This record gives sequence, C-alpha cells and structure tokens, in this order.
Amino acid sequence: MDTIEFHSYWTLVLLVLFIAIIIWAWSSKRKKEFDELANLPLDEEKFANQVDEKTSEGKDDA
Amino acid sequence: MQETYNYKVVRQFSIMTVVWGIVGMLVGVIIASQLAWPGLNFDVPWLTFSRLRPLHTNAVIFAFGGSALFATSYYIVQRTCHAKLFAPRLAAFTFWGWQLVIVLAAVTLPLGYSTAKEYAELEWPIDILITLVWVSYAIVFFGTIVKRKVKHIYVANWFLGSFILTVAVLHLGNSAALPVSLLGMKSYSAYAGVQDAMVQWWYGHNAVGFLLTAGFLGMMYYFMPKAAGRPVYSYRLSVVHFWALAFTYIWAGPHHLIYTALPDWTQSLGMIMSLILLAPSWGGMINGIMTLSGAWDKLRTDPILKFLVVAISFYGMSTFEGPMMAIKTVNALSHYTDWTIGHVHAGALGWVAMITIGSMYFLIPRLFGKTEMYSTRLIEIHFWVSALGVVLYIAAMWISGVMQGLMWRATNSDGTLTYSFIESVAAMHPFYVTRTIGGLVFLSGMFLMAYNVWKTVTADDASPVDAIIPEPAY
Repeated sequence: MDTIEFHSYWTLVLLVLFIAIIIWAWSSKRKKEFDELANLPLDEEKFANQVDEKTSEGKDDA
Repeated sequence: MQETYNYKVVRQFSIMTVVWGIVGMLVGVIIASQLAWPGLNFDVPWLTFSRLRPLHTNAVIFAFGGSALFATSYYIVQRTCHAKLFAPRLAAFTFWGWQLVIVLAAVTLPLGYSTAKEYAELEWPIDILITLVWVSYAIVFFGTIVKRKVKHIYVANWFLGSFILTVAVLHLGNSAALPVSLLGMKSYSAYAGVQDAMVQWWYGHNAVGFLLTAGFLGMMYYFMPKAAGRPVYSYRLSVVHFWALAFTYIWAGPHHLIYTALPDWTQSLGMIMSLILLAPSWGGMINGIMTLSGAWDKLRTDPILKFLVVAISFYGMSTFEGPMMAIKTVNALSHYTDWTIGHVHAGALGWVAMITIGSMYFLIPRLFGKTEMYSTRLIEIHFWVSALGVVLYIAAMWISGVMQGLMWRATNSDGTLTYSFIESVAAMHPFYVTRTIGGLVFLSGMFLMAYNVWKTVTADDASPVDAIIPEPAY
C-alpha cells in the first residue's frame, strides 16, 4: 500500500468515524443526559453531589 | 479549611489581557496611520510598517488573545472540573514565560529579526521558549482535567483542549528550522518552495481555526450560559460542532494559496473544505445565540450580553464571508486586496476581541470578590464605541478592497491595463483614513475598559479572592 492509497483509506475511516459520532450524539438516548450536562457550569452544587457517589472511597481520608 | 480554586494566575493573565489589548491595538492604529500618511515612519528603520506590522499581529493574537485564552481556560477548567489547577508552579511559569515571549517579540521584531512566516515571525530561540511554555500549559490544563471531580468533561474544555493540542502541533511543524549559527538569530525553514508555503498556511489557517476560533468558542460555551443564566441551547449540537470543526478545519489552509504554484487539486480541496466549514460554524453560532432564547429582554439591560451576542454574530458573519472568499472566482477578486484585511478584522475585532471583552467584564469582578464591574454604564458605552469602531473599519476595507480588485483587473479594449498601480493606491487613501479612525475608536473603548477594571480591582471592598471548590453535601 503506497502513501496515497493509505491516506485515501484513512480519510474514509475518519469520515465513517465522524458520521458515527453524529449518530451517537443525536440518538434520543443521549438527549436526557446531554440536557442535564448542559447545566454543568450553572448548577455547581448539584454536580458536586453527584461526585460523592462516584468517588466516595477517596473522600474518607479528608 | 475548605479547598479553593487557584485564581492567582487567572487574575494575572486577565489584567495582562487588558494591557496587551491596548498595546497591540495601539500599534495597529500606528501602522494604519502610516498607511494613510506614510511620512509617519519618520524614516526610522525600527518604526517602518514592515517591522511594526508583525509586532501588531503578534501582540493582538498572542499577547492579547493568548493571555485571554490562558486566563479563561485556567478559570473554566477549574470551575467545570471542581478541581484546583494542577501543578501551580508550572502554571506560574506559563504566565511569566508567556510575558517573556511577548517582551522578546516586542524587542526583536522592530530590530528586524523575522522568519518572514506570517503569524510565526519569531526567530528560533523564541520559538523554543514558546514550546516550553506551551508544553507546560498542556500539562497544567490536561493535568487538571485528569484530577477532575466531575465525571463528565464539559464541552468548553473540549474546545480549549483541542486548541492547546493543535497549536502545539502547528507550532512544532511550521517552526521547524535550521539556525545559521548557534549564537545568531537567523534561521532557515526546514521546507522549501511551495511545500514551505503549504506548511505555512496549514499553520496559518489552523492558528485561526484553533487559537482564534476553537479557543474562543471554549470561552463562548462557558461565559455565554453563565452571563445568560441559562444552559447552552443544545448540548448535543455543541458536541457535533466540536467534532465537525476538528475534522474539517485542518483542510482549509490551501485557500490562502489559490492561483499560486500549489497543485490545482490542492487548491480545489482547500476551497471545498472551506465551504463545508460553513455548516459547523453556523451550527455553533446558532447554538451560542439561541442560548439567549426566552431571555432576549436581558440584552436590553446587560451590556456584557450585548458584547457576547454581537461577538457571536460577528463569528457567524466572518465564517460566512471566509468560505465565500475561498471560492476561486471570488478569491480572484479579493486576494491581495484590503477585503482580506476587512475580513480578518471582522473576525479579530468583532469576534475575538468582543467575546474576550465580554468574558473579561464577567470574569474580572469575580476574581476580586465582587459581583460586578465598577461601572455598568461604562461597559455600555464601551460596547457602542467598539461596535462603531468595527463597522467603520470593516466597511472602509470592504469598499477599498473591492475597488482595488476591480481597478487591478480592469483592461482597455486593446488589452492594456486601465489603471496604473499607483492610481489604485491613491484611490484607497480616504478608506485608509476611515480605517484609522475606526481603529482609533475601537482602541479608545479599551481605555474605558482599563479605567473600569482599575476602579473595580482597587475598590475598597475588592481584594483577590479564590472561590471555594464546591464539596458534596454529606
């Protein structure tokens, strides 16, 4: 495979990857999660509380 | 004792954003005056247009824009990760190192040291220092992402991270050069001929795409929701916006080299990818502006929102104009004319400067334990002064540019040129004067900002305050 052939396939791979990202981002399953995440800069207390469940082991030393 | 964010380095970069904004725009006004009245270089080599022009571009892009990006990225990454800045000493090094780079640029460019690569004029010893600062910046930023206490990485951080990563690759790629001697400043590019030109504009256009666009979009995705008090219009659109920019921007560079020795297929590719870029750019613009939907009334009373919304509108306008100018037949008229300068300043003053100014008015009081700036009225005046300055500037350059292009291509029936070059220069004079006035008006707004910032941070009840990192409630 020469360089040109490699880059041609690579471009196709990237295109497919990009389309996959769009489908992933636009799927209705993501919608609720994304709507919540949009509040990340605004509702700081809420996201601080979510942290608790995920990293509670590390917190005990503090 | 509760842990606080590291705001010190944010404060330093924020104040320097205002200082370098004034310096960079002042040099811009000086060189604009020189174009209108050439005697103003006083026949002093250090003050010639050729040496001050790169000083202007470096000062506004890397000193003003760069400091604004350092300040806001350090703020945003901490606030959205609920984590204190990683490696605080390295963060301090990025501040002092970056200031040193700027001072070295301000000394070497007027002395005539230049690689002659647009927006990458600084010679190799300074390039090495830039690399050290940039690697430190990446370590601090991504280190903070790694130690985050919030699971999700907010979209603004994706834009800021891609800006840091891409600029590192671009800088290393384009600045590759062989010094003539280890003690001298002079170096030669690692590339030759049209390859050198292509590498240069791969760098040049992606500096626009990732430093002046992705970086400032990071600012938009944080400060627009904060100032509006509403979440971003569509989070999934912001995700697609990010990936679409990341996948397409990198291809657009060849539109700077249309009708040159660059292979024709590369020119066509650059043109087509530039046209495709319209879609993600406008998706992002709509996302930014629609964040205010349902709260449009706030625009009437909040001049910070005016700055942000008008900045996003200019983003939409310049990202429409850019793809149009990349079309070969349009480019045949616009290239090498003042139209390009008008386009760049619609982006630089309208988008980059205004989103920065709006974000700084939101950010600076919060870094000094206050909720708002000393004078909202002065922000309002600053907004209208800036808007007037931009409009004067770009309208003058549009008219001048199209006129130039038409005069250059006009031929008589026997095939000879209708106008000599000097006739086109003479015709531009009134527009050069108008542009200088526009620049001066925009600069005067920056002095209002400096006064307002000074009164805010020196007020009796103002002091450097580092906010407390929110802790889970037990």
